[in-house]
Amino acid sequence: MNGVASLAGRIDAIVIGASAGGVEALSWLLPALPRSLKAAVFVVLHLPRERPSLLVEIFQPKCALPVREAEDKEPVEPGTVYLAPPDYHLLLDDGPQLSLSADEPVHFSRPSIDVLFESAADLYRQRLLGILLSGANEDGAEGAAAIQRAGGVTVVQHPDGAHSSQMPASALKRFAPSHVLELDGIVLLLRTLDTATPAGSGRAVGPPGYSVARP
Amino acid sequence: MDAEVAIADAAARDFEIERRLLVDAIYLKYHYDFRAYAGASMKRRLTSAMTQFGCATLSQLQDRVLHEPLLFPRLLDFLTVQVSEMFRDPAYFLALRESVVPLLRTYPSLKVWVAGCSSGEEAYSLAILLQEEGLLSRTLIYATDINPQALKQAEAGIFDVERMAAFTENHRRSGARSSLSDYYTAAYGRAAIDKTLKKHIVFSDHSLATDSVFAEVQIVSCRNVLIYFDRALQDRALGLFAESLCRQGFLGIGSKESIRFSAQAGAFDDLVPQQRIYRKRSAA
Repeated sequence: MNGVASLAGRIDAIVIGASAGGVEALSWLLPALPRSLKAAVFVVLHLPRERPSLLVEIFQPKCALPVREAEDKEPVEPGTVYLAPPDYHLLLDDGPQLSLSADEPVHFSRPSIDVLFESAADLYRQRLLGILLSGANEDGAEGAAAIQRAGGVTVVQHPDGAHSSQMPASALKRFAPSHVLELDGIVLLLRTLDTATPAGSGRAVGPPGYSVARP
Repeated sequence: MDAEVAIADAAARDFEIERRLLVDAIYLKYHYDFRAYAGASMKRRLTSAMTQFGCATLSQLQDRVLHEPLLFPRLLDFLTVQVSEMFRDPAYFLALRESVVPLLRTYPSLKVWVAGCSSGEEAYSLAILLQEEGLLSRTLIYATDINPQALKQAEAGIFDVERMAAFTENHRRSGARSSLSDYYTAAYGRAAIDKTLKKHIVFSDHSLATDSVFAEVQIVSCRNVLIYFDRALQDRALGLFAESLCRQGFLGIGSKESIRFSAQAGAFDDLVPQQRIYRKRSAA
């Protein structure tokens, strides 16, 4: 396992995408996020469209961090878990603030993981951690590759351990992520997230002179 | 890898420069104002437009927008067209029936503004609801959009018949008092909306970014339009709604939209917060 590399101080935002088998996987990961986490967390989970806030009720009791359904134009607060509402894409805009869209589904999905990941990669660049979990379609592969290209950190759940392997497997076909981990490896990685360094303290990952987040 | 990251960073910055130049060009040449459209959604739409038109960069797209007049209407579709549904979010329409309709009965005549009507699904849904509630005969619905092609489609009122099953289910869940099939005629794979509804709807060109108020109305319904605007443009649009609404008039927005973060929040009171239905606050 290659998951013990520390992410201390490197991450302002975490995006997580999951589909079939995702509730189970998220039930492992979200409770592992430490109470003092400074990064904001954004989650897209494919769901039937008529189930509004059930996820908040499922995850909030298990989590140390506040869990909310995303609202349009809401300013991003550190240490908060935002869930994409059913039937809307979730994107991130300068501010940073949340942005929703009712544009067409991508990979038959709205919310789509690609849409979240690509907009997050655009905004947070090297200070983003993207995690792609279990799922039975190809959504997320392109978005995770975009995070990698922008210099962010990417984690793909090991297809062998995933409830549905297609989503992680299509991502691995497309690019080489920073880490391929079982769920418990991802939990360990999340625990290395620095809790002492305030978000946006300016320690860029890349060489000096790189834009860390777009102004 | 660091070199690649640097290239990616530069490309993202270039895209932003080109985006600004393109929306300025569109504004100067065609007077459509996309300068205050929210960044990330706009970027996605522009990226898919680039693919569609075979342009490697936004600068190439800008060149074609300026020099090929026939391209602009097609680009406008990418930037504006919304695929909506009749009775999208049935709970919204149910809330209108339960909480707004009883208060509307006191008005001798009604005017409704559907802002950003796209291909007309929302306007026809409201017309059907008002017909079912016995109010349509004294109602005029203004349905506005910036896309002339979408307005033409809306005015025609012709939908793919395959979409009607989903619309019918939405309608049923909205507290329907009749059958949706009472309001359209199906033939050759198309469903044509009834003329009796159409004569209560005026479709017209109006921009929330550049135009001003045109009528006093009792209801504004503007759902999933504000999400594409940045905050300043949202404030402008909500300001127009407040100005257009009569005393204690009603505003409905999309179920995941909020006026909480807007400078106009104080102009409205909650009526059905869960369904984002507000009432214009009376002046103190």
